[in-house]
Amino acid sequence: MTLGRTLWCIILIKLFIMFAVLRVFFFPAYLQGDDQEKQQRVSDELTERIAP
Amino acid sequence: MEPIDSSLVDWSRAQFALTAMYHWLFVPLTLGLGVVMAIMETLYVRTGREFWKRTARFWMKLFGINFAMGVATGIILEFEFGTNWSNYSWFVGDIFGAPLAIEGILAFFMESTFIAVMYFGWNKVSKRAHLASTWLTIIGATISAWWILVANAWMQHPVGMEFNPDTVRNEMVDFAAVAFSPVAVVKFCHTVTSSWVLGAVFVVGVSCWYLLRGRHREFALGSIRVAAWFGLAASLLTAHTGHLSGRDIALYQPMKLAAAEGLYEGGTEQGLVLGGILRPGADWVGGNGDDRFLLKVELPYALSYLATHDLQGYVPGIRNLLEGDYRLPDGSVALSAEEMMKRGRVAIDALARYRAASPPEEKAAALAVLRENFPWFGYGYLKSPGELVPSVPLTFYSFRIMVMLGGYFIVLFAGLLLLGQRVTRWKLVQLAVVLTIPLAWLASQSGWVVAEVGRQPWAIQGLLPNVAAISRLDVSSVQTTFFIFLALFTLLLVAELGIMGKAIAAGPETDSTSN
Ligand code: HEM
Repeated sequence: MTLGRTLWCIILIKLFIMFAVLRVFFFPAYLQGDDQEKQQRVSDELTERIAP
Repeated sequence: MEPIDSSLVDWSRAQFALTAMYHWLFVPLTLGLGVVMAIMETLYVRTGREFWKRTARFWMKLFGINFAMGVATGIILEFEFGTNWSNYSWFVGDIFGAPLAIEGILAFFMESTFIAVMYFGWNKVSKRAHLASTWLTIIGATISAWWILVANAWMQHPVGMEFNPDTVRNEMVDFAAVAFSPVAVVKFCHTVTSSWVLGAVFVVGVSCWYLLRGRHREFALGSIRVAAWFGLAASLLTAHTGHLSGRDIALYQPMKLAAAEGLYEGGTEQGLVLGGILRPGADWVGGNGDDRFLLKVELPYALSYLATHDLQGYVPGIRNLLEGDYRLPDGSVALSAEEMMKRGRVAIDALARYRAASPPEEKAAALAVLRENFPWFGYGYLKSPGELVPSVPLTFYSFRIMVMLGGYFIVLFAGLLLLGQRVTRWKLVQLAVVLTIPLAWLASQSGWVVAEVGRQPWAIQGLLPNVAAISRLDVSSVQTTFFIFLALFTLLLVAELGIMGKAIAAGPETDSTSN
């Protein structure tokens, strides 16, 4: 069944691009470190972006 | 720390909007077409007619193509949460995490298992077991939608949570309040029923294309009959749930309602704008008395009734919402935007003091101030009240497009049912139905534009505006990913259209090829 094969190919290529390319090179996790460090980072960002 | 550049906010929004809109090309067709094919298979099991089996199998094939193309496009949105919206992702904590994790695990496995039986099990399992798999596939997909919409509804109307200043996260205190919040229930019902409409439009549209080409007459008429009944019921439900959505936004997001209605100056006995043209370049923030409409046709009292269930009810306009000083339904007096912004700054400042302080009494004092002012936390990031006004033209026109098309779909399905077999003689009607296919997507996308543009500037209503929610990235990196997505998704869409077009051109199995 050629349709099924084409669809599986597309699914696999798509997943590969998403996880092996986009995720790795374009979407690193922005917050790094352990939970303490993440909390502090977000807290700093949230308190320092206060409107003047 | 450098202030956040407004172009970073715009590009982050554009990137998210692009991904969400492409994702939403696939999802409603999965939800809608899935039910149509399941109904057709049910007819097969009940009547034993091979005709319905062939019909169901054809629509299943198109369902499969769409599912394969669309599956996992939503994961990109989750990548974006982690990279581009990191403050937001952290801040919402398990409120967003739990629904997404549940949907990811439960629905995904459920769908994959049953979808396998649906495609490969025709001659391997009993008719009834196969039918059950088909229904469970679509129920699984619908449950996925439920969890995502719970998360979305929470952003529009945050309930059932408590902010923990130690972790800087909102923590769920009442799961039922989150999962069954009235906004979530209505949003789910409107989104799903409107997707059924889209699926039904697709089926009648493709069937009419066969009639126009003089092919597969019996198949097309059978499909039209099922889809038109289903579509009519779904369109009526959509109109009803749309009405309930209108009431929700009147209660919880009055600025969205004011923008959708182009209501600058509110009052009692307000009419609903049926149609209208806005004055280009009108100022929706400033307070001069200009008429902001070039043309408008109103249904008297209807907006008051929609918002308050009282023909005389008071509906605030944009100016009133910014200036406050009107009575809220609970009898209290509305605060002005300036006042809310002041309280928001007090809350943010209290958070900073709480986290910096070490003596317990200082911490307790800061916490008390934070708790008291937390409902306005997000307002503390806004520089001017005008930022609270979303794009009125975009919200207003999208709302009109959705509702008008909703009315048109009701007429279309009713008309097809009245015509019955005679539709084969009406070429113009057939052509009109084929051309209606893209309009179903237009209505659906417009619905999301109303819901999401209409709630700007908020990522989470009242608690976190976009300017605070986004990560501090280079604008250029967000631009890069925007264009990568544009290219990739467009490619995917072209592939979908190509493969779908080919399958439609090939048509359903004929008697001799069925098994
Ligand atoms: C017939 C009259 C209709 C009314 C009164 C109506 C009303 C509404 C309202 C008020 C919203 C905003 C809800 C919010 O922001 O929370 C909305 C959203 C939406 N609408 Fe409609 N609508 C109608 C028809 C349709 C049709 C025909 C479709 C598509 C085929 C559609 C698809 C959507 C979608 C996808 C959303 C976004 C999800 C949501 O917020 O529920 N609507 N609609």
